[in-house]
Amino acid sequence: MITFDEIKKAFLVSIWFMFLTFPIMVIRVNPVEHIVEWRWKNMLVVGIGSFLLSFVWNYLMKRKELGFKKAESGEETGTIPLVQRILGEKKIYIPALVVAGIFTIAFPFIFSLYQTNIMVSALIYVMLGLGLNIVVGLAGLLDLGYVAFYAVGAYAYALLNYHFGISFWIALPIGGLLGATFGILLGFPVLRLRGDYLAIVTLGFGEIIRIILENWNEFSFGPSGIANIPRPSLFGINLSVHESTIYIYYIMIALCLFTVFVVNRLQDSRIGRAWIALREDEVACQAMGIDKTKTKLTAFSLGATWASMAGVMFAAKTTFVNPASFTIWESIIILCIVVLGGMGSIIGVIAGALVLILMPEYLRAFSEYRMLAFGVLLVVMMIFRPGGIIPNVRRVYTFQGVKNTDKS
Amino acid sequence: MDYFLELFLGGLTRGSIYALIALGYTMVYGIIELINFAHGEIYMIGAFTALIVISVLTLMGMNTIAILVIAGVVAVIYSCAYGYTVEKIAYKPLRNAPRLSALISAIGMSLFLQNYVLLAQTSDFLPFPSLIPDFEFMEPYAHIIGSTEIVILITTAVVMVLLTILIKFTRIGKAMRATSQDKTMAMLVGINVNRVISVTFVVGSATAAIGGVLIASHVGMINFYVGFIAGIKAFVAAVLGGIGSIPGAVLGSFVLGWTESFATGYVSSDYEDVFAFLFLVLILIFRPAGILGRSEKHKI
Repeated sequence: MITFDEIKKAFLVSIWFMFLTFPIMVIRVNPVEHIVEWRWKNMLVVGIGSFLLSFVWNYLMKRKELGFKKAESGEETGTIPLVQRILGEKKIYIPALVVAGIFTIAFPFIFSLYQTNIMVSALIYVMLGLGLNIVVGLAGLLDLGYVAFYAVGAYAYALLNYHFGISFWIALPIGGLLGATFGILLGFPVLRLRGDYLAIVTLGFGEIIRIILENWNEFSFGPSGIANIPRPSLFGINLSVHESTIYIYYIMIALCLFTVFVVNRLQDSRIGRAWIALREDEVACQAMGIDKTKTKLTAFSLGATWASMAGVMFAAKTTFVNPASFTIWESIIILCIVVLGGMGSIIGVIAGALVLILMPEYLRAFSEYRMLAFGVLLVVMMIFRPGGIIPNVRRVYTFQGVKNTDKS
Repeated sequence: MDYFLELFLGGLTRGSIYALIALGYTMVYGIIELINFAHGEIYMIGAFTALIVISVLTLMGMNTIAILVIAGVVAVIYSCAYGYTVEKIAYKPLRNAPRLSALISAIGMSLFLQNYVLLAQTSDFLPFPSLIPDFEFMEPYAHIIGSTEIVILITTAVVMVLLTILIKFTRIGKAMRATSQDKTMAMLVGINVNRVISVTFVVGSATAAIGGVLIASHVGMINFYVGFIAGIKAFVAAVLGGIGSIPGAVLGSFVLGWTESFATGYVSSDYEDVFAFLFLVLILIFRPAGILGRSEKHKI
């Protein structure tokens, strides 16, 4: 199957990459002590690696082109992905849901405190992912400053508690409302912008909020952050750390279910369909009489609401907030979750969050390669599988025939 | 008055460097309407390559001027190679995909290149030797402007002139302008659009590399993260001036450079980045096409 031409091409590719990575991979300098280290082994690794990867790349490219051709010639391309097909079958889907439900409820009793803690962070990311999914997946607005709203929620709880002693359960809705307000505030100036401008302005907003939190000492206590934030209370009962972690876990599960419910209902609502229409074609969408301003603002503020509530949760879980938790990379991780899972697909985003957050925890040895892998993931997913691991299935209206009700 | 002049010239230097990076953004955007998020990383790789070459050659004991020239040339070559490869891998397969896909792919590439340098080299700040000698005739003005700054200003001016000549008077420049106006039509009149896009990336990367070497020797240190912030700032500059327009990018860079310089000089240095972003937001609200950009009209 592999022709001589392909081998030649792969060989050239590997030479090219060996040349390309030569200064960065092979030489390591220490300008302070004037030491130069030569790492020829890396060159060999790059050479062999790119030689092999070039075959994989070519194979995937060919498959992609084949897919295009099929789509053009009108052959059956509408094969529903496996997961979605399973979900469509009630016989498989209901027992699966029951098993998943029992597993989720029993989780903190089966696994250790440590595992529960990790699961709570993963669930926070599920919530963030679902929130960003509204903005990016449904409304098609690339928001790179999403973490700003997360910070708003976390600091809202931390500061309200510090100054006024407000408890978690009151801070949660306040945080959500505050997030929505910030979403609208941010939404207004960026309404007129197209995709790429929007990305950079939201990125700028995210950085502005982080820099303000870092520098405005009187307000946010600067880089040292705020400590001793109380965990959520349960009718005034004193909980130990272990018990309250379990308690937080259940709150998180409830919040995630609530999020899934709301997002699911929103998706099929009037406003949800307006978002999707806006994503597909702004001009056509306006021509159909959809208020662009209102639609974009609701997307922004709803997305921000979830992020803020996740932020309140985060502050309650870690009992400590500081600006370092809210860098641009956090936004990009959340974006990765949405992209990997499948933009617009709820189950995809949940799967994406669990994979991306839990995997690095269990593969500690590779944790330094995490961001590198995320970068590769974004590129590869966009090229070969833009729909994500569990793509969203478009709602199709099928003509079911006219029911003959009046036979008279 | 001296303080004002110092800030003015500082802003000008800063602006020149932003301009060198912003040119790459604006050229790429003009042709394929994509924000090349990885552009800042190309600049960082240029600076790193230069540092590596300088360290190796210094150990071999060459004289400073020769080292500076060789390091500059190698940095430009490698940046061009990276720019070319990034385009082939991350953007070419997505030429007909939705814009959001290409943008996310660009962010992924930026993330990858940062971490590639971080893992292969180091996460620490590395000192970058100042290779530009202090000129004697500059002695009386040393309190206002340094020799490095003069070199930066002159280099930027030369690069700008060369770029203008390239785009206005050469064959490939003509092809570039044609492609940016209408890609399909350019293809129909026999322009190899893929080649034009590659050339654009290579030229943009080359100017970024020059900027990288200059700013690194000006600031005196680099790490894997320098490209990201500089890239964003340069992008802000490109948008300020009107993205897609080359004189606009230069003007926007100077405006941004002065804004930052005066704001940090007279207000506070903690909020340096905030000023840049606030400025961007204000410009986009009141004049979304930028200072020199033309507002587009959509035909339906």
